[in-house]
Amino acid sequence: MKPNTLILHTAALAIMPLQLMFSVFLLLRGHDEPGGGFIGGLVAASAFVLYAFAFGAETTRKLLRVHPKDLLAAGLLFALASTVPALLSGQAMLTAHWWELPLPGGSHLKLSTVLIFDIGVYLAVLGTLMAFVISLMEVEK
Amino acid sequence: MMLLAVLSGFLLAVAVPALCRLTGSYTGWVLALLPASLTAYFASLIPEIRGAEKLLFETPWMPGLGITLDIMVDGLSLTFALLISGIGTFIFIYAGAYLKGHKAIGRFYAIMLSFMASMLGLVLSDNLITVFVFWELTSITSYLLIGFNHEDAQARKYALQGLLVTAGGGLVLMAGLILLMLITGNASFSGLLASDLPIHEHPYYTAAVVCILIGSFTKSAQVPFHFWLPNAMVAPTPVSAYLHSATMVKAGIYLLARLNPSMAGDLLWSGSLLVFGAVTMLTGAYLAYSNTGIKKVLAYSTVMALGTLTMLVGVGTELAITAFVCFLVAHSLYKGALFMLAGALDHETGTKDITRMGGLRHNMPRTAVITGLAALSLAGLPPLFGFVAKELLLKSLLHAPLWQTGLLITAFLSSALLVAVAGLVLLKPFFGPIAKTPKSPREASFAMLVGPGVLALLALVFGVMPSLPADLVLDSAISAFSGSPVKTDLALWHGINVPLILSGASLLAGSFLVVAWHRVQPIMYAVNTAASRIGPEAGYFRFLEGLSQVAGWQTRLLQNGILGTYLLVLVVVTFSLAGYTLLTRNGLHLDFNFSDSYFYEWGIALLIVAATVFACTTRSRLGSVASLGAAGFGMALTFIHFSAPDLGITQLLVETLTVILLVLVLFRLPAFATLSSPWERYRDLTAAVFAGAVMTLVMLAVLDIQYFDSISSYFVENSYGLAFGKNIVNVILVDFRQLDTLGEVFVLGLAAIGVYAMVKLKAEDQYKP
Repeated sequence: MKPNTLILHTAALAIMPLQLMFSVFLLLRGHDEPGGGFIGGLVAASAFVLYAFAFGAETTRKLLRVHPKDLLAAGLLFALASTVPALLSGQAMLTAHWWELPLPGGSHLKLSTVLIFDIGVYLAVLGTLMAFVISLMEVEK
Repeated sequence: MMLLAVLSGFLLAVAVPALCRLTGSYTGWVLALLPASLTAYFASLIPEIRGAEKLLFETPWMPGLGITLDIMVDGLSLTFALLISGIGTFIFIYAGAYLKGHKAIGRFYAIMLSFMASMLGLVLSDNLITVFVFWELTSITSYLLIGFNHEDAQARKYALQGLLVTAGGGLVLMAGLILLMLITGNASFSGLLASDLPIHEHPYYTAAVVCILIGSFTKSAQVPFHFWLPNAMVAPTPVSAYLHSATMVKAGIYLLARLNPSMAGDLLWSGSLLVFGAVTMLTGAYLAYSNTGIKKVLAYSTVMALGTLTMLVGVGTELAITAFVCFLVAHSLYKGALFMLAGALDHETGTKDITRMGGLRHNMPRTAVITGLAALSLAGLPPLFGFVAKELLLKSLLHAPLWQTGLLITAFLSSALLVAVAGLVLLKPFFGPIAKTPKSPREASFAMLVGPGVLALLALVFGVMPSLPADLVLDSAISAFSGSPVKTDLALWHGINVPLILSGASLLAGSFLVVAWHRVQPIMYAVNTAASRIGPEAGYFRFLEGLSQVAGWQTRLLQNGILGTYLLVLVVVTFSLAGYTLLTRNGLHLDFNFSDSYFYEWGIALLIVAATVFACTTRSRLGSVASLGAAGFGMALTFIHFSAPDLGITQLLVETLTVILLVLVLFRLPAFATLSSPWERYRDLTAAVFAGAVMTLVMLAVLDIQYFDSISSYFVENSYGLAFGKNIVNVILVDFRQLDTLGEVFVLGLAAIGVYAMVKLKAEDQYKP
């Protein structure tokens, strides 16, 4: 499936980076505003799906560089890794840890195991959907 | 230190592949160092448990569940531990020679070491649940070892049989142990032994006893579960010698002995042990006498010994316990030796059938001498330890509190048969005219003879000086039963008394049976073949067959491959149950209130309904998918309208992606076709309307009743304070309910792998070689 429509091509090239940026934005702000890893992952996946519709599964796979399965695995590992700090410090599993890094200009960067977990969810959702879409598209050949 | 000693086998098992490459054909000798040093370590504990002392090594494992890795060392567990590690030493040396050059020898060593560790864990653990864990581990390692030659269909079949019987029994045992814990409120043997609760009067008591008995009987091959043990002889001989005579099959006996102080005095417990033990003893002895395969003969005589031990636990007097401990040790020594010798014979002659061997004493003189010693101990002749044990057995039965005459007759018959078996095992292969065997026999190698040699020699030393083992551990083991220090005076010669006369008579009868064997054996063979058609083993196979038939039937019924049926069953069952609960618990709540609804809410509702109706009635595939998406968008609008932006966004994105995925799938499907009859469509319509109606009622009820205080206020209050987040939905997902999300992410991954496998692996790939 590789429809050669100029409008779709151009639109995909323009919209896709925006969508990806938006997905990261959603992921990062998720703890305080609407958003989060799940929604971010869905937006990122729809970005790649749009790209796949415009340029085909093979090109999308090249663009992704890693296999969707590996994205999924990385997501699961991130989610699991977020449980490690609590275990190491002898707390109950999944107890959240927060670190505040001072940034130049007086503001603080809030980092946490929760964010790591959310990144894991993001990657897992993205990996799962890409595995669905790419494998379904490639079957058609 | 103690825990490390118990688990060291598992650790070494990991290193075996590397070790095999390093030490080549000497691996057996190197590995034997572990059980040898364990033996030394356990022996060093002997002085500390003298009298009725016991050592407790506490290690927490899962404190929340009351499961510990506590280890209790007393005379009983130490006797078993010494047998396991001591005989294990020689088994590893022997296996190195027996399986020389086998391509999977590394795997064999690794499983054997794991088995040894599991077995040590079983006899040394103090916690009931931990005992169960190790119990099943021995069943699993036994399965792997029986099926070691897995290319052989017989080996696979009987490995599975052993596993199903012993691991299935293990599950029953777990139920029994849990009941016992409920009765006493105690999860450890040491606590159980110390408590004097009247457990006999508890309503769970009978169930607990029955479960524990079934568990122990399956493991220790008591009638009617005895059939798996002879079949397990398809295993390589080191396995038969180690697992299926000296150690694993005694696990059930160990447990019975361990629990006996708490249970004794109850007719259900003692009576069952006596009856099943006596029947097993006689059955085993008869079957040993009537078989010709040397390993089968030995296996059935093991069944006989296990029956004897069970019976002795049932008798339960101090004399019987003394007999129990002596018989246990004597049997492990001579049977371990005999199995290894049988393996040597098989290895050198190429046959297992004793009727095809003869005159081997010329070619294998050392094997012949060692076999002679071990067989004399098996027959219970002086001056071997088997004689001491047999005297004690007969003497304790003379003073048995219950059913003395019956037990004594059974024991007499069994020992006569066993004398005959010992005679046959010794005379057939080694004496008489030299028989032509598939391989021309040579003397077995040193590694194959050192184990049986040492064991047979021990049987002789212990027989001549029975006070030696008694001082070392036997007294402590007996004391562990009675709870107070016991001093026995074992001796080879007690003067002429009733047991000695019975022993002599059994010898005479046994000799007669040896002579008569030629004529009787074919008849017994015919009888056994006929009996096997209705025996417990036939029952086992019929049970398996029935099981697969039921499984086939219900799979054809429920998983017929028609997705519509799956959906129908799921929907009808779920909503019937939900509807039933709703009506019986809450009644109807038909409280419609439309007064505060706005016109655009009606608009959204109308949109959803219209999209759904269109999806059901349209003849276009794309149209129905798109209208399902429209219904989903309507839902998203609802979420957004009621100020749940996260849900709204998620719903929108999910709907979009779902439509895209559906389109991708639909492209590959044939056009809509009418395959179902009108009747089926009305049935589906009814089910759908029913599900919708129940759902509506549930929603109305939810609005009306509130069983619990809503926890949303907690989330609202603590979202920023505890979790530093203002978006409550996200905080719930990634902090308050993080474990749920973690689980869901893994489910997601599983679904992805499922789809990937379904799409990528085509059906025909399965049939490629």
